[in-house]
Amino acid sequence: MLKLASPGTRMTTSWPVSAPDSYRGHVTSTITTTPGDGQRTAPAGRRYPVWRGALTLTAHAVTGMPVGIVSFVVALTLAALTAGLLITFVLAVPVLVALLLSIRALTHVQRSRFRSLLGVDIPPPTRPVGETWGARLKAETRSGDTWRQFGYHLLALPLGVLGFVLVTTVWAWALALVTLPAYAWTLPANGLFGWELHSPAMVAALTVTGILLLLVAPWVAWAVASVDTVVAVALLGPSRSKALARRVEDLTRSRAGAVDAADAERRRIERDLHDGAQQRLVSLAMNLGRARTRLRDAPEPARKAIEEAHEEAKQALAELRDFVRGLHPAVLDDRGLDAALSGIVARAPLPVRLRVDVPGRCSPTIEAIAYFVVAEALTNVIKHARATTAEVNVTATDGRLRIAVTDDGHGGASPDAGSGLRGLAQRTAAADGVLRIDSPPGGPTVIEVDLPCES
Amino acid sequence: MRIVIAEDSVLLREGLTRLLEEAGIEVVDAVGDGESLLRSAERSRPDAVVVDVRMPPTFTDEGLRSALVLRRQWPGLPVLVLSQYVEERYATELLSSETSGVGYLLKDRVADVDQFLDALRRVAEGGTVLDPEVVSQLLVRRRDPLERLTPRELEVLRLMAEGMSNSGIATALTVSPGAVEKHINNILAKLDLAPTDDGHRRVLAVLRFLRS
Repeated sequence: MLKLASPGTRMTTSWPVSAPDSYRGHVTSTITTTPGDGQRTAPAGRRYPVWRGALTLTAHAVTGMPVGIVSFVVALTLAALTAGLLITFVLAVPVLVALLLSIRALTHVQRSRFRSLLGVDIPPPTRPVGETWGARLKAETRSGDTWRQFGYHLLALPLGVLGFVLVTTVWAWALALVTLPAYAWTLPANGLFGWELHSPAMVAALTVTGILLLLVAPWVAWAVASVDTVVAVALLGPSRSKALARRVEDLTRSRAGAVDAADAERRRIERDLHDGAQQRLVSLAMNLGRARTRLRDAPEPARKAIEEAHEEAKQALAELRDFVRGLHPAVLDDRGLDAALSGIVARAPLPVRLRVDVPGRCSPTIEAIAYFVVAEALTNVIKHARATTAEVNVTATDGRLRIAVTDDGHGGASPDAGSGLRGLAQRTAAADGVLRIDSPPGGPTVIEVDLPCES
Repeated sequence: MRIVIAEDSVLLREGLTRLLEEAGIEVVDAVGDGESLLRSAERSRPDAVVVDVRMPPTFTDEGLRSALVLRRQWPGLPVLVLSQYVEERYATELLSSETSGVGYLLKDRVADVDQFLDALRRVAEGGTVLDPEVVSQLLVRRRDPLERLTPRELEVLRLMAEGMSNSGIATALTVSPGAVEKHINNILAKLDLAPTDDGHRRVLAVLRFLRS
């Protein structure tokens, strides 16, 4: 259930409140608990003063009525005027505009009321899109969101009045009864519903009732706020499909960000290794090489040790170079995919035919993925296919980059079999690409990847 | 021999300077970026230049572009390009105008001191030296006609492209110079290249074929 913090709960810090299933997606941000500025500054673990929560909840109920009256009157009047003037299109349009503007303004007022008093952040309704002023007007008039908001502004009156009456009545009775001992004697002996107001027992009982009401009042205000919040979130927030569309947009953007960030990270690691470990290893191998040439007359064991160290340093250098080049080749950035691919193809221990027909450049991220695809597919061929030849074809047409890696091996390649092809499938999918693997038993194997050229 | 070194890593710049000086080669200047290299070459007129590809400010192909500028300004100035990775595309650009006095090697090769010094001397004398890795990359691009060659002929072609002489190839493959000569004639015939005895012109022809 959508919950507001009940008054007087022990507050440690704000916690997320799950929305009911049908509203999930509307409430994108965390609904903070008992509102008020004190909440953010309240140190963790300290008891939150009851009256502050009660005060803001009550303020919500009390402000509900005047806001409700205004919104009901404005919305209904303008809607009626628009309907009445529909026969004269020219007059109806300005009133319709006024209606739409006031719906927007009223929604804004209500959203800030919920945010400031209850800490409930209702996502803003979507803005109509359109080239012209008229198109936007039409879109907004037709939008379901507009009329759900309109519905809330009408409902705000009964909701506001009901909440106001309930909350103020309970508070009024509570305060009147709690203070009864102070003025009971001034009242007629049986002046109130025939109660014996001058009997101490009756006064005591009524005072206790007042104290109980005082304790109940914040809960009544809380119940009113909860009902109002449920209705407001349903009617003032964007509709479910729009919320989903927005979510898809957000996710698409954040995924692209994540892909770019991973790519940037790979470049950074490549740069760090190039400037650090690789230079140091070259220097080490060079110094060992110098020692090897200069210490030719050294005793046999010493010479042997230097020779071995020299060979190992060169081996380490070659391995590190292969690793770093697989990470992100620098030539990919400044000369493009075509230039970068000959490096990996040349290193393959089997003859590979390479054909690249890419007239322009794709985005750096897409080029990096394409490079990775070829590298990974060839690694797969070398490791598993037992092929004698392979072929790499890269073409770019209609804004799509197509990569096909074919080998004459024994087939049976599948993303489920090894992590290599699975990683390939994941990186392709992350860029909205399509991966096809055609690998019947006995071969040949064709791995095709289709990527959007710009990302 | 008087050399100018351009390398942005202080560690390697100093190591390389020491290595060359121990071999009796005079390092007249050692700089850390392409701009300084151009200024230094102008000032000190070296016999050859050793340059790293990736240098400030762009850290991409700075050294390569400086090398190309040097070759335009002083045609015939021998340039040995060193890099952490060799790229067929960079080699093609480097060899596009003139192939004499050009070298392109992996930095790793510095570790084999004698071979490295030999390569530097060959470049300084106007020869061409290409890293085996870059030759492999060039061969990938011309897979079709190369399929006509036998594995042995392919090996000979590789060594020719690296800039080796007939006798060098004969030693490397432990065959007689006559056998090498026969292989070379076969290769030139199969690739439709004009036969020539001049070792340097032959390298040129092979490289031009691989690049085209």
